[in-house]
Amino acid sequence: MKWTWFHRLGSPKWFFEKSGKWLPWLVWVSIGLLTTGVVWGLAFAPPDYQQGNSYRIIFIHVPSAFLAQACYVTMAIAGAVGLIWKMKLADMAAKCCAPIGASFTILALLTGAIWGKPTWGTWWEWDARLTSMLILLFLYLGFIALENAIDNVQTAAKACAVLALVGLVNIPIIKYSVEWWNTLHQPATLKLTEKPSMAPEMLVPLLICIAGFYCFFLVVFLYRLRNEILWRERRTQWVRLWMKRFQ
Amino acid sequence: MGLLSAFQLIVKRDLLLAFRRRAEIVNPLIFFLLVASLFPLGITPERKMLALIAPGVIWVAALLAVMLSLDQLFKHDYDDGSLNLLVLSPVPLFWLALAKVLVHWLVSGALLLLFTPILALMLHLPDTAWWPLLASLLLGTPLLSLIGAIGAALTVGLKKGGVLLSLLVLPLNIPVLIFGSGAVIAATQALPYEGQLLWLAVLLVLGITLAPFAIAAGLRISVSE
Repeated sequence: MKWTWFHRLGSPKWFFEKSGKWLPWLVWVSIGLLTTGVVWGLAFAPPDYQQGNSYRIIFIHVPSAFLAQACYVTMAIAGAVGLIWKMKLADMAAKCCAPIGASFTILALLTGAIWGKPTWGTWWEWDARLTSMLILLFLYLGFIALENAIDNVQTAAKACAVLALVGLVNIPIIKYSVEWWNTLHQPATLKLTEKPSMAPEMLVPLLICIAGFYCFFLVVFLYRLRNEILWRERRTQWVRLWMKRFQ
Repeated sequence: MGLLSAFQLIVKRDLLLAFRRRAEIVNPLIFFLLVASLFPLGITPERKMLALIAPGVIWVAALLAVMLSLDQLFKHDYDDGSLNLLVLSPVPLFWLALAKVLVHWLVSGALLLLFTPILALMLHLPDTAWWPLLASLLLGTPLLSLIGAIGAALTVGLKKGGVLLSLLVLPLNIPVLIFGSGAVIAATQALPYEGQLLWLAVLLVLGITLAPFAIAAGLRISVSE
């Protein structure tokens, strides 16, 4: 196994060229998956025997809650890679993840509130899962604030990486909050090790939605990252050449 | 220099410095008493209600008071350049950071402990909850110092780090607050509270072993600026 690909991945120029080729594909795949999943879930999946149609928000809620956590882990891993191997690209990746993750967290909290009103009879409850998701949002906001407060790009990246790694302790708390504490929020719908508790007619569109959200995340992430690469490498020859195409 | 003597030296030096700047120790204490006494004025002086909210009020006031003193934790050392020397010294930085955190806890969290019985009395906390309150604060306030020191280390180089520091540290402190006040609330309702105290102990062990590395990393980053 050659490890050269890993080092090439750290080169902004190489990554910019490669990701430019992946992007159109990813855009189409995510549009396809999202429309299939959302239309199937919202219009064709059978209503729930208890909750009727209000359960349909899980097709948005569950994928965004997944992504909110996955984004934080990605950010922390990118931060760690940046700290250990001092890769410029990893620093940029961590920075680009934060606003996307914060948006997914807000989306998960909002859709949860909209679903909670008809089902639990309340917009907000100080339940373990809800509270730990709110903490996650604050962690993202703290990361963004620290990034903005430090002028030196490299110092900011290092400081943010440390903060992201420290905040990682919250992720298992969110993940297991519904199992450790008996609270209002229902236990996980999907588990890797067990047979799903959902009917396949509902499960399949949900899985498609999750895949679609992941692809959508990749698309947005790559756009942000490419933008960041152009900005930070703006003084290099290859960026100047690339920009000439638009003049 | 041996690890232990370096540790002792830092503790002695910081205690002496803290003693010379008494106002910085006293102000958070006054703040602690002041914030806690605002609640009876702001909500209700009624006995039952106060006993109900006392655990949370004392814990939140303690958290904010520790927060207030964090800003200065590395500031003086950063300003006069001694932080640079600490980073350059052959003694591992995480070890020195642990000594500094210990002193911070002694002059903030540990001193707050002395005042909590007064507050517990004033807020009519039931007698049965006194020991859980002291125990939870004894386990929890060192954690507040440890977690807070990470934020203080990351923001020490910034001119206006104060508000940012609370923004970074408060979310990380929420689990400590939940378990700490949870133990006291359980005790006021005559429920078992050992579980929450054990959780705090677990977090404290984790904090003592891992936080110094994050603090050291944060200090290195801030000094290299």
